[in-house]
Amino acid sequence: MFEVDLLIVGAGPAGLCAALEAGQEGLSVLLVDENAKPGGQLFKQIHKFFGSEMHKAGTRGFRIGENLVREIAECPNITLWLNSVVFSAIDQNHFEVVHNCSVQVINTKKVIVATGAIEKGLVFPGWTLPGVMGAGALQTMININRVRPGNKLLMVGSGNVGLIVSYQFLQAGGESVILVEAANRIGGYGVHASKIRRYGTNIITGCSVESVSGNGKVESAILAKVDDKFQTIKGTQWEEKVDIVAIAAGLYPLMELLRQLGCEFTMCPPLGGWVPVHDERMETSLNGIFIAGDVSGAEEASTAMEEGRLAAWSVTYDLAKCTKNKYESVRIDITKRLEALRSGPYGIARKNAKDSIYAIAKNFSKLR
Amino acid sequence: MRVIAHPILGNINQDNEVTVYVDGKEMRGIEGEPIAAMLAANKIYTHRLTKKRHEPRGIFCAIGRCTDCVMIVDGIPNVRTCVTPLKEGMVIETQHGVGHWGGEKSV
Amino acid sequence: MEENLKTCGVISSDEFKNCKGWPSEERFSKGPVAILECIEEIPCNPCECSCPKGAIYVGHPITNLPTLDESKCVGCKSCIASCPGLAIFVEDHTFSDKEALVSFPFEFIPYPKKGEKVSAVNRKSEVVCPAVVHDIYCTKSNDATMIVTLRVDKEYVHQVRSCKMLGD
Repeated sequence: MFEVDLLIVGAGPAGLCAALEAGQEGLSVLLVDENAKPGGQLFKQIHKFFGSEMHKAGTRGFRIGENLVREIAECPNITLWLNSVVFSAIDQNHFEVVHNCSVQVINTKKVIVATGAIEKGLVFPGWTLPGVMGAGALQTMININRVRPGNKLLMVGSGNVGLIVSYQFLQAGGESVILVEAANRIGGYGVHASKIRRYGTNIITGCSVESVSGNGKVESAILAKVDDKFQTIKGTQWEEKVDIVAIAAGLYPLMELLRQLGCEFTMCPPLGGWVPVHDERMETSLNGIFIAGDVSGAEEASTAMEEGRLAAWSVTYDLAKCTKNKYESVRIDITKRLEALRSGPYGIARKNAKDSIYAIAKNFSKLR
Repeated sequence: MRVIAHPILGNINQDNEVTVYVDGKEMRGIEGEPIAAMLAANKIYTHRLTKKRHEPRGIFCAIGRCTDCVMIVDGIPNVRTCVTPLKEGMVIETQHGVGHWGGEKSV
Repeated sequence: MEENLKTCGVISSDEFKNCKGWPSEERFSKGPVAILECIEEIPCNPCECSCPKGAIYVGHPITNLPTLDESKCVGCKSCIASCPGLAIFVEDHTFSDKEALVSFPFEFIPYPKKGEKVSAVNRKSEVVCPAVVHDIYCTKSNDATMIVTLRVDKEYVHQVRSCKMLGD
């Protein structure tokens, strides 16, 4: 039995920041990740982040990752288990982990689940053909694995992920990009769209992919204009020769462990679908089970890092490892930063969604 | 195709080359990279064929979640090639159907 | 459909009217000056902190559009690489009678070389005129974002926003 104050599941941006805050406040922390390297999806983010200069905006994502991993290694209170899978929740304090080819039982006072999110698919004839992949998958291939699985990209979806990965495909030597968006407006930041437009990307709004075909691998795609109900407008189909199709249709929280634990969920489309109910302190419907990052609703690495810090401080306070004054002042600071990241026309839907989840959580905190 | 030079990330280190076997064919890859990366660099995109319709499947999520890219590696089926590091001498095979561990016949 | 930032990724002339980072023609005639092509309320402020002269103001809330104080800006280009949206440019209309300079961020290899002849492109990647690379540099804090300055015919300077990638 391995005994700790805090078990953190997932060493992405949220888990890393949570571990650092809690470890630096003197909690014993076990940080577990199923991958061979920590960082989650931070290392494939090679663009400079938006946000407040005071909190690393203007810095490339992978540099933020490098710094966090270095700080984690320097903190004596944090144990990092890689290639390790938390596969079972016995109860709210006991978890089973496959680590070094054996099963370890963890006895922990509190838990932060920071398991992230996974890309949504988009179903059309040919979507299973090799060469059709998630936009994040393409980003992993070109930026982490350093292999470009084709030259002519069809990007489906104009959210920030679709726009950013299109740009990074060009940076990785890709020949051409066609980006289609079913809505009549580009979904992500205009500046990201401008970036790819300047280098020849054809951005087509009100357009979708009808089918993809090829012999063993993507060779061409049929595109069509769609109406405002996303239905194909007859006679508008045309063919484009492409060899990769990337789907940027959003993400949904990865919450198997929380399902196992019996957390309450709520349907919340702006945050990716089913989302665990949680309060402003990042605690779920179960006492002592906290969440942070995309598992609490798919957003961005910058919000994930702040949520990780917030969850860590909630745990620190609940374990009486800091004063109420200290906790309150940190909590207010982080909450202000989160509100800033969720402000403006791009943030307001996420802010409202989070507020509605916090409202639901009020009922559960009474039951706890 | 390998992204050897990159404006932000610099050049890749190709020093630790290894030899592996893909469906009996000798291929070169970089030690420690995911098997899927070696395959894509060698322009191999079909990792398995589905059980009923024998349709090709390849990389879909590239982070070990979707299991679309599984293959038989050193005799073990259903190995996620996007997160399994490449080692010298690895024997990698296209998987037909759902895979088997010996004894029963593959579909 | 009207072509604008949200339909095709190119800011329309209408949208430019809301831009608080576009200097006056009078200011352009006096020397190098920054242009902040930022018209959406995104929570972001690295440009404000990057300016050594305090010529860029975002303030609170952080979603405010950046405002350029054209009297303080000296066109030093420090802000160009700070913008995660790569939406800041510097133009110098005083370079010579016929030619002007335009500087922009550039993140593709191979890099153009100083003195090289390249094709200048507009916001839609259309070639607008030939150009000569006047300067190209990257500081450590720019973190791999090159700052390229092209010498172009004055007539086209407002249109030029990058150069054609050399791999093409």
